[in-house]
Amino acid sequence: MAAESQGIDPIHQFNINRLFDLRLGGVDASFTNASLFMLVVFLAITALMVLSTNGRHIVPTRLQAAAEMAYEFVASTVRDTTGDAGMRFFPFVFSLFMFVLFSNLIGLIPGAFTVTSQIVVTFAFAALVIGTVIIYGFYKHGAHFLHLFVPSGVTPVLLPFIVLIEIISFVARPITLSVRLFANMLAGHITLKVFGGFVAMLLGAGVYSVISPLPLLGIVALSALELLVAFLQAYVFAILTCVYLNDAIHPGH
Amino acid sequence: MDPVAAKYIGAGLAAIGMGAAAVGVGLIFGNFLSGALRNPSASDAQFGRAFIGAALAEGLGIFAFLVAILLLFVMK
Repeated sequence: MAAESQGIDPIHQFNINRLFDLRLGGVDASFTNASLFMLVVFLAITALMVLSTNGRHIVPTRLQAAAEMAYEFVASTVRDTTGDAGMRFFPFVFSLFMFVLFSNLIGLIPGAFTVTSQIVVTFAFAALVIGTVIIYGFYKHGAHFLHLFVPSGVTPVLLPFIVLIEIISFVARPITLSVRLFANMLAGHITLKVFGGFVAMLLGAGVYSVISPLPLLGIVALSALELLVAFLQAYVFAILTCVYLNDAIHPGH
Repeated sequence: MDPVAAKYIGAGLAAIGMGAAAVGVGLIFGNFLSGALRNPSASDAQFGRAFIGAALAEGLGIFAFLVAILLLFVMK
């Protein structure tokens, strides 16, 4: 409450501001700060991948090594989780992983906007993943895809309950997938802002301003933690995408 | 009871569920680490599985978070 009275609002950083207005057939398609940072993320990924593969040295440059590491990392994750049949989804998973990772990392720059702290963005990704799973599952296996909800070797008495639980867990997937990423980003950035508010409040508190470096040290430590979380959440998003795609590729337990 | 106060108390109670999810995630990584220290050569292959388990355990904590969010911002 005190922070708000001094004009430090931890939620303010998530506001979406229109940079210029645009209306397409009654739909509000204005270019906002979220769109700007999506564009920045897109350009950063494209620059990394294009510039690093321009030279294609046998002994890689630093940039090329970074791009190859990202590629190898996602490729091994996809191969380990879904098998060779899942490698056709590698471009999809790689795009998702890179976009989420770069959004998280660019969002950590002070003053930058975090695209993945908006539930709309993360839910769109999660809906895309689950939509792909359902469509590919039915396209590839037809009605056999429904075996996903009927595990084999269950006693008939328990079967209705198991099926119910499987269906609930399947329906909850897009919610947990999107809210996990969104909540982690939101909570991390609010924590950083609150600690920043502590520094500002202590600086204006007379004698007590001598202890203002303490929350500043806290911010440094939390930023390191947030860096870890930014990578970890991108990895978790990618590996869960692989696990869900694996259900579509190999349904039935 | 004042409905606004009840709303905030409910959101605070829902936050306890996040703590329970934290216990679950801690158990998973603790057990993963103790297993990995016993057999370090097998740890790399199970690294992804540890994260899947942690993500699933965290998912149930997310429901508690959702309840808190719904109480705070959606219910009037």
